[in-house]
Amino acid sequence: MIITTQKPFPEILELLSRHKNIFIVGCAACATKCRTGGEEAVNLMAAELEKEGKTISGRKILDTPCDIRVARKDLKEIAACADDAVLVLACGAGVQAVEKAVSLVVYPALNPVFTGTTERIGLYHEYCSLCGDCILGKTGGICPVTRCAKGLVNGPCGGAVSGKCEVDRDNDCAWILIAEKIKNNPSDKNILKIFVPARTVVKPGRITPPVKK
Amino acid sequence: MNTFKRKLDDNKFVITVELLPPKGTDVSALMEKARMLQGAVDAINVTDNQRASMRLGSLAVCRLLKERGHETVLQMTCRDRNRIALQSDLLSASALGIENILILSGDHPRNSENRGAKPVYDLDTVQLISAARLLEQGVDMAGKKLEGKPCFNIGAVVNPASDNADLQIMMMEKKASAGAVFFQTQPVFDIDQYSIFAGRIKHIPAKIIPGVALLKSASFVNFLRSIPGITIPDEVARRVEAAPDQLKEGIAICAETIRELKKISHGVHIMAIGMEAHIPEILSRID
Ligand code: SF4
Ligand code: SF4
Repeated sequence: MIITTQKPFPEILELLSRHKNIFIVGCAACATKCRTGGEEAVNLMAAELEKEGKTISGRKILDTPCDIRVARKDLKEIAACADDAVLVLACGAGVQAVEKAVSLVVYPALNPVFTGTTERIGLYHEYCSLCGDCILGKTGGICPVTRCAKGLVNGPCGGAVSGKCEVDRDNDCAWILIAEKIKNNPSDKNILKIFVPARTVVKPGRITPPVKK
Repeated sequence: MNTFKRKLDDNKFVITVELLPPKGTDVSALMEKARMLQGAVDAINVTDNQRASMRLGSLAVCRLLKERGHETVLQMTCRDRNRIALQSDLLSASALGIENILILSGDHPRNSENRGAKPVYDLDTVQLISAARLLEQGVDMAGKKLEGKPCFNIGAVVNPASDNADLQIMMMEKKASAGAVFFQTQPVFDIDQYSIFAGRIKHIPAKIIPGVALLKSASFVNFLRSIPGITIPDEVARRVEAAPDQLKEGIAICAETIRELKKISHGVHIMAIGMEAHIPEILSRID
């Protein structure tokens, strides 16, 4: 899921400084799961903004605010009313779907940080950075593109100590994890010795439906 | 003529040192250090924005050193440039007469004075080594033909003190097959550990130039110990700490280390970090 954290409240206030009436949009999917855009978060945000003298003209938690169809359907009523800003407690994909659905100016309340692998609620890891050309099949199912701080694909630098990354001692060195994993799998043993050429993937900015014959 | 390469090819013992470009345009102090080392060392490595600290460029400094008659090793990291800039800088180096290139991944900016700088790592070290060898054949990574081919003497790095020697050896093999013909290393303080490592890499067709560092003081020992990939045994640290003249002890340790390494390596790479004035003294004590 998309992991988000809330922006510092003063930054949100600064963003909304020109506006009196605020409509708050939440997210019932990822942002609810990581407790940044669900009902509780939306209500808290509303209370905080009211304390600062704002009027909450409405609040709505969309099933999936990142779906333009959902945003259009669920936000019909605000598209026409006179509120002057929409604050979205969702990731950037959500904020931008909402932007398409309403004519009002739209603001983000969250910082999307990564696509997370959940260990438990509140503990998320960035294991995949959606690079567009998955190489997990050649790296023991552990991603060096994301989990090696330098994204090295041929093997490690020389800085790991006791299995920890030189860049962040709280993180495991991805390459040591990969080597460990592969060591126990004889069919993969030589896979790390193969030269991995420079990556040439160009990510598509959009995906279109297959053309029907 | 590339005297450094020639000596390596002839299996002669080489001595390299590392000089750090200044933050700013004043190269006088660096040139003075280089002048002191003239004749005593075979090449001067020039670091590339070391520790992700923004500095005068390695390429410019190498060229200025060349103009004053010094042989240089241009250090090139994968951290700050994509494949376009890296290949272009390789061509620039060759056009400026700089052949010796040391390829490193480079310290990540996260823990540096430039925290937040975008790390590039478009190519990794193995890929950059092979790109340099490709350019020598007159083709670039896009498959386009070059007008005029560059010529390089390519080196890479390895950490013999790593607690994961197997992976370091695997990387050495990969770097050597991609085209690295010499290796420089992090400073060695534990000769026994290094000689075990050296024994395991005999099959790799490249020259190994282990690093040595001048432990100028006990506080410097502590600083080095905080750098990723550097291991200093307790007994060495204690020796410096207990010495009445720590610098003198550091010089003695450095010379001893070089004497030992001379028996099992193709050269040494001296990192004196601000204490370059003492290198001639160290060198006078290694024979
Ligand atoms: S290689 Fe890594 S970043 Fe790329 S898609 Fe696979 S897991 Fe994600
Ligand atoms: S220590 Fe490991 S994870 Fe960290 S940058 Fe080096 S190779 Fe990558």
